[in-house]
Amino acid sequence: MDGWMGGWFMLLFSRQGKLRLQKWYVPLSDKEKKKITRELVQTVLARKPKMCSFLEWRDLKIVYKRYASLYFCCAIEDQDNELITLEIIHRYVELLDKYFGSVCELDIIFNFEKAYFILDEFLLGGEAQETSKKNVLKAIEQADLLQEVRWQTDSFFHLLAHY
Amino acid sequence: MSDVVEKTLTALPSLLSLDSQPGSAKLSSTAKLGNLIRGITELTSKHEEEKLIQHELASIKEQVSSPNTTMRQMRELMVRAVYCEMLGYEASFSYIHAIKLAQQGNVLEKRVGYLAVSLFLNESHELLLLLVNTVLKDLQSTNLIEVCMALTVVCQIFPKDMIPVILPIVEEKLNHPKEIIRRKAVLALHKFYLIAPNQVQHIHNKFRKALCDKDPGVMTASLHIYLQLIQENAEAYKDLTASFVTILKQVVGGKLPMDFNYHSVPAPWLQIQLLRILSLLGKNDQRTSEVMYEVLDESLRRAEMNHNITYAILYECVKCVYTIHPKSELLEKAAKCIGNFVLSPKINLKYLGLKALTYVVQQDPKLALQHQMTIIECLDHSDVIIKRETLELLFRITNAQNVTVIVEKMLDFLRLSKDDHMTIDIVGKVAELAEKYPFKHYSTMNAVFSLGGDMMQPEIPNGFLKLLSEGFDSEEEDRKLRLFAVSSYISLLQGEPSKLPQRFLQVICWVLGEYSFLKEDLEPSVVLGLLTKLLDMKSSSSETKSWVLVAMTKLCWSEAAVSEAQQVAETYSSSFDTTLRQRAQELQHLSRDSQLHSRVLPPGGRLEPDEVVDSSLSFLDGFVSEALSAGAAPYKPLHQRQEELSRSKVLSLEPYGLSLPISTSSCSITDRQSPTLLSTSSGLSGDGTDFSHRGSSTTLRLDGVKRVWGREGYLAQKKPVEEVAQVEVPSPLRSPSQQGDANSCRSKTPTPTANPECDQEKQQLASSLFGGLSSQSSVCLISGAAKMVNIQRFRRKAKGQRSSSTTNEQRANPTVSSASAVDNLLCNNLLEADTEPINSSAKQTFQHPHSLSVANGACDAEAILTDGDPKERNQPLSSEDFVEADDSPPREDQERSKDSCLTPHLPAELSGFSHSEIIPLCSSQSLDLSACHVQTDNSVVLVVFITNTSEDANLQIQVFCVCESPVEEVRGRSVSVRQYSLTVKMPLVHFELVGMLSYSIPAGMPQAMMQFSYKLPLTSFIRPLTVSTEEYGSMWLAFSHDTKQNLTLIKEEREPLTATLNALNKKLSLHVVEIIGVEGLVACSLLQDQPCLMHCRVHAGRLAVWLRSPVPDLPDCLLYHCQRALQEP
Repeated sequence: MDGWMGGWFMLLFSRQGKLRLQKWYVPLSDKEKKKITRELVQTVLARKPKMCSFLEWRDLKIVYKRYASLYFCCAIEDQDNELITLEIIHRYVELLDKYFGSVCELDIIFNFEKAYFILDEFLLGGEAQETSKKNVLKAIEQADLLQEVRWQTDSFFHLLAHY
Repeated sequence: MSDVVEKTLTALPSLLSLDSQPGSAKLSSTAKLGNLIRGITELTSKHEEEKLIQHELASIKEQVSSPNTTMRQMRELMVRAVYCEMLGYEASFSYIHAIKLAQQGNVLEKRVGYLAVSLFLNESHELLLLLVNTVLKDLQSTNLIEVCMALTVVCQIFPKDMIPVILPIVEEKLNHPKEIIRRKAVLALHKFYLIAPNQVQHIHNKFRKALCDKDPGVMTASLHIYLQLIQENAEAYKDLTASFVTILKQVVGGKLPMDFNYHSVPAPWLQIQLLRILSLLGKNDQRTSEVMYEVLDESLRRAEMNHNITYAILYECVKCVYTIHPKSELLEKAAKCIGNFVLSPKINLKYLGLKALTYVVQQDPKLALQHQMTIIECLDHSDVIIKRETLELLFRITNAQNVTVIVEKMLDFLRLSKDDHMTIDIVGKVAELAEKYPFKHYSTMNAVFSLGGDMMQPEIPNGFLKLLSEGFDSEEEDRKLRLFAVSSYISLLQGEPSKLPQRFLQVICWVLGEYSFLKEDLEPSVVLGLLTKLLDMKSSSSETKSWVLVAMTKLCWSEAAVSEAQQVAETYSSSFDTTLRQRAQELQHLSRDSQLHSRVLPPGGRLEPDEVVDSSLSFLDGFVSEALSAGAAPYKPLHQRQEELSRSKVLSLEPYGLSLPISTSSCSITDRQSPTLLSTSSGLSGDGTDFSHRGSSTTLRLDGVKRVWGREGYLAQKKPVEEVAQVEVPSPLRSPSQQGDANSCRSKTPTPTANPECDQEKQQLASSLFGGLSSQSSVCLISGAAKMVNIQRFRRKAKGQRSSSTTNEQRANPTVSSASAVDNLLCNNLLEADTEPINSSAKQTFQHPHSLSVANGACDAEAILTDGDPKERNQPLSSEDFVEADDSPPREDQERSKDSCLTPHLPAELSGFSHSEIIPLCSSQSLDLSACHVQTDNSVVLVVFITNTSEDANLQIQVFCVCESPVEEVRGRSVSVRQYSLTVKMPLVHFELVGMLSYSIPAGMPQAMMQFSYKLPLTSFIRPLTVSTEEYGSMWLAFSHDTKQNLTLIKEEREPLTATLNALNKKLSLHVVEIIGVEGLVACSLLQDQPCLMHCRVHAGRLAVWLRSPVPDLPDCLLYHCQRALQEP
């Protein structure tokens, strides 16, 4: 595994520590996943806002960023590029924003499977699959073609507004 | 925070009310998920949540197994099951239904089915096999979306064994007209490559096709594969360098479609991927590196915008520049770039700046010097992550001068650290430093033991005890140290020993047992009393207890002590723990029999180095053969027994499971040799080889990285010479505050705080932290064995420039002073330290003797010509310079038979020694130049043969070596012989002597020049060093430069160690001092006066060697030759 491109996992959780999305790119047992998630959520939530977005945690490097009420958190290896990982997170938020139209935490809570679809179209097996925003959304919308009418929510927690 | 919750809650009803609107079946299905989510949000306790979810899961379970559930309902159920799993509740019953959904649903349902499968299962799950057919079908579907979904799931999870089933179809997709399919197919192949590389071996050429794909997305995807391939074998892909460079050029130049821009930076992900690939390709490869200089320069230049993404690219660029073959201009730019990171007010950038510094500081310690004030501020940063990274950086620049301050800083960090992982890491680093720089060792280790607790690596206490028992420099100091340890440990035990970590207690026990006799006013019974308290403590582990008992055994030589000891022995002789019981028995017996006690454990006895552990247990041979003849079963090793046991499975050991616990870890602490025994038994080599392994994982991995910078760093080249001199050699005599001032002048960092006192403090800290850095000679970077071969390469230009300026001066004044000539030659030789051809600026230096018709000096980077005054040496020799060649053979034969025909010309006094093959250096129409070197007992002599091959013309030659030699004539068909004694100034793996010969034929005619070079290995200078084991021991402790590595053992059945050492003796003429069991002592010296010792130990089928010498770099260079010698057949 190398590169940000070989991230270990991605977690989305709320300020209250509720997991909103989890994607694991390395095979781990459920028990390990739970333990990692619990410890990591605690560690990240304990950090102050002005602190560094990078975290050394066990052998991994954690890159996290808070958007409004949601924390986005990626695990990479030490030799990887932290900054580009931060931008990967940001690009993902942009994609969500474009798809949902001013995305907020509730969009992700109630449509988490969509958030997964978008993530899978953007990062595949831990690798940045498609970095063109247009292409990602085109792929998603094609697959959505027959999908139900999208759910509208108010954008009072618009994630990007707080960026 | 509660604000947010409230808002969320008030918003929910209005959101959820949408669901109840009629006519929207789909919405109502999501409504169930909505209800669930709302339900959970309303709950206040974890317990209630659990109840709700269990209820939910039960209802999902019931529905999924009902035959009436439609696929559409199933899809909704799966989403809910995924949600429950995300909350941490298992829904394994739904896994099979997820697969079914992927199999049977329509496109939309399938999509959820695949998603659920990829979230539920991992690679090794057995249900995954059921997915193979579905994937196969969908891959062949005419619906593009189905194909996409199948490829997506394949990229995430697919059973390894089933890859061949779908591989041909995935391969076929590489030619698909739709780029999205091609892209996903490439990623699927990448995934296959990762999990089963041999499965995709045959389609490497298809990867190349993907790299050339017209769609940038497909091309980008193929880079993932290339990065992986190149990481594994860069050599095989060097031919693609130009392509990667071209791609990067196009990307940087904005040739990609705008879609790929990210915040108006063209395809940053692609750029970073390419930079990574380039740095792998250019590493240790000058030619390949040269191809990429231009594009790297452009990348550095282009990335000017102040946005995170440009910094991400810059960071990768800097790393690449420092990884590939160095180019000064780029390094300068990269260094400036690192400065921008470090000085940035943005904390993320600052962090990366520190990380980058840590990466490059080993090659260029000056860079840390430039940023010292920032580094010091970072040490006190409120964010622990920044502090941690700063310590990492300091660890890399530790030298003898700043070690105390750095260790203090690390201990400060440990005192506040709450993170186990960081604690273990830092404790290891402190211990490593303490071992490397032994002064202050003792008190440092006390802090390490109490702070590190029981988390630290077991090697650390073992290594400490070993050092303590072996002592450092003088008997008296050792005694003081030990006494100090005893006193402080006694007071620790009198305090609150229950708060001390177990490992520390064990160390205390051993020290008290061994050395408490040194404190004369201390009654052993008092110590025994303190130790007994440890036994009674509930927190003491049984391992600690057995250390206590061993210590007691050593102490019970006074009467008061004996009675106390016997009481203890009584109590523990019936312990359940076999080890404890064993120790108690020993205590009992030895305390009863004072004679035996004083024989086995003489009071005040010291660990004698010649007490040898007979690990083969040969003293038991008699007993064994007796037992065998009496019908006992022969011994079988543990693994064999276990194997047999598992094969037969007849015996169940279960009923005996109650048998006493055996803790083998403390088995070998019986006698005074415990530290040695301990270290062998725990697999920690006595010489710390394993320690260095562990160390290497925490330090920067330098194995592959060439150390292209010499100790001078490349900065010397950047700055004018005078400034370098001023900046880099602060006089040690200056007071710290002066030095501080100087330092602050040097640092470009503005000191932001106005508080002068604070500044003063920081500056003092700066001078103590960076003091050693400025005088390069003392920088001792912590790194593994680095290859020294090319260490001098970078100096070339700098020196070349300087020497060419001297050249000009000398032209003006043709009568060259010998001093400056020496200077020049030395420079030049430095330049030629590595085995590459001379560069142009270096050549100039040699042209100045034009007017003198001087020939060349032969010397080397480290070997300078002729001890003392070379003139003196040469003149007496000149009497022999004219040697008639009796039968000089025709020219064409000369090449072949040079050796035999020139050998008679070897000076008589050298004929008794072995000489290397005489090799032709260069020749012209009338002149042949050959040379060889002769290894005498105490020197190496370079012998140069100048043969005049012309029939008649006399030849006037002059050889220039350090200072000019007299002009002389060589008559036709005769040979002139010159010899130069070589000494070594600084060890290198190979030395290359460069020289020039000027001659005129016939005498008095215009001169011609001939340039030649001669290469000889370090081994020519190595002589065996005959020392006794005792002398070896004392020398070993005195030497400061060392290196460790594992070498190949020579495969020989009986005595691999002896065979290996003999080979080293034969090939490198190293003297084998002694072989003790699995360890061997070897000694040699570089010519007469520069010893190097080697300690060898057989460990895990390898030869762990540890070389020490007072001469810097000698261990590394010698190690290189040892490696070579053992690799040769």
